[in-house]
Amino acid sequence: MNAFYEQHRDEIEAILAKYPPEHKRSAMLPLLYLVQREFGGHIPPEGMRIVAEILDVSVTEVDGVVGFYTLFHDRPGGRYRIQVCTDLPCALRGAEKFLHDLEDALGIKAGETTPDGLISLEEVMCIAACDKAPVFQVQTPEGLTYHENMDLEKALALVESWRQAQASTPAAEE
Amino acid sequence: MAEHLLLRHRDIPDIHRLEVYRAHGGFEAFRQAVTGMDPDQVTAEVKKSGLRGRGGAGFPTGLKWSFMDKRNWPHYVVANADESEPGTFKDREIMERNPFQFLEGVAIAAYAVGAERAYIYLRGEFWPVARWLDEKIAEMEAAGLLGDRLFGTDYSLRIYTHLGAGAYICGEETALLESLEGKRGQPRVRPPFPPQQGLWGKPTVVNNVETLTNVPLIIQRGADWYRTIGTEQSPGPKVFSLSGRVKRPGNYELPLGTTFRELIYEHGGGIIDDRPIKAIMAAGASSSLMVATDEALDTPMDYENPQKVGGLLGSASVIVLDDTVNIAWLVKKTVHFFKHESCGKCTPCREGTYWMDKLTQRIAAGQATRADVETLYSVAQQIRGKTLCALGEFSTMAVVTGIERFRDDFDAMVQ
Repeated sequence: MNAFYEQHRDEIEAILAKYPPEHKRSAMLPLLYLVQREFGGHIPPEGMRIVAEILDVSVTEVDGVVGFYTLFHDRPGGRYRIQVCTDLPCALRGAEKFLHDLEDALGIKAGETTPDGLISLEEVMCIAACDKAPVFQVQTPEGLTYHENMDLEKALALVESWRQAQASTPAAEE
Repeated sequence: MAEHLLLRHRDIPDIHRLEVYRAHGGFEAFRQAVTGMDPDQVTAEVKKSGLRGRGGAGFPTGLKWSFMDKRNWPHYVVANADESEPGTFKDREIMERNPFQFLEGVAIAAYAVGAERAYIYLRGEFWPVARWLDEKIAEMEAAGLLGDRLFGTDYSLRIYTHLGAGAYICGEETALLESLEGKRGQPRVRPPFPPQQGLWGKPTVVNNVETLTNVPLIIQRGADWYRTIGTEQSPGPKVFSLSGRVKRPGNYELPLGTTFRELIYEHGGGIIDDRPIKAIMAAGASSSLMVATDEALDTPMDYENPQKVGGLLGSASVIVLDDTVNIAWLVKKTVHFFKHESCGKCTPCREGTYWMDKLTQRIAAGQATRADVETLYSVAQQIRGKTLCALGEFSTMAVVTGIERFRDDFDAMVQ
């Protein structure tokens, strides 16, 4: 098995243990989350090869899965991905204006990343928080958090806290 | 409703703690089922209760369980926690605030169909919810409520969470199973249905979170009691997710059969700025657009009546629209959603949503002609009935009913 497996053996075995051994392919999504975390927020071809080897499937099959799901990214983005819901119920409560204001304040459009690589702004489909719009989730390599009943001020305060955390721990990223 | 039966945390704030849940009778139903009831008796009781699937289809839950193929083992239970319909946010509240009642429902369902493994499939966005449920499952294991030889019987059960990764289609039960098998979430051809061939080709029951959360109540208090809530055809309580142009959006637990008017005006506080109500989408973005007449507002929200006024209850995700909302704009939003979420397997849906997206963008931008509206209507009609799952059909609901019932809004936007 590959070096990545050796390095993360306990975590990988804990994932595989959730499924019958003959159906280990079911570990595909959890393993991709693990690889995405370890590669800093995206899954490069090397990451797909690692998962393919662990699960005995082709790299093409892994690639097809990565491409299908929106929370997997095959190219690098910001450390923090701000994913704003602008679906119908949120749009009825001001989410589109909120996104535009956030675009202006951050100086990037939805789909872009700030030059320092800290933030990507993304427009996403419903995230099941329709009564608390405007709402966004923040996806990082480690996981995901919800931020509900947002306004521009609260969102920018959050961004500022990330900037400060980044500035105070310059070498702690990896 | 005097007492919350599903959103019990609203009456008992600490019910997410195992000792509090148990102090209020928690896991008595599961113990009672495993130690004192035959699995078929459990299924019979759920059948008798009249519980219908809360994910949207309204299919009788006990009947679904009884379809499990007893010649083919092992059996599995999968909880559908993929909650992704725009306007739906009830399952998340249940799992976050009243997790043990849901988990007890999973456990009872598993016992009823003879499953010794159950999976909870959560949408990837519910990452923190999955970690939370993992903690709760570990507490149950430590308390002897999950694991080997439960309550001194031969029955063993384990429950696992499984995270999706961002795909609306995985709420469709066969796409969910594909995803749980580590594949792209694309629907399977049915039949066979999951109780015949589901997860890894084995008989599988897939039930929605809210559906399962009803189950402990039915076993503990009995089907006859359960039937005193709601209507004859649609018994029980229901969590209605109310969103859109209302003063107090949120989840409201009410008996099935409550009217739209009571939900929107009494519980939701009425329309923002007291403006006139224009339309209602009762089942999230998949809904037809009901014209908000007095007759529609006085219609009971159950699995039968909304059809009489041009709607469907579905997952009871009630999106309220007032006179500030242009329906051509709304249709652009819903179509864009379905275009994004079409899995690409069936050509009519994949291509049809793409073209409807183009047309509705053009209409909303004021760059379309009347002929474009006719084309849009025609494309929608050509998707209907030609796809493996319901997503294709869903994508056309607001389009067709929007054009038929709110044509003026489209005409105002075209040249």
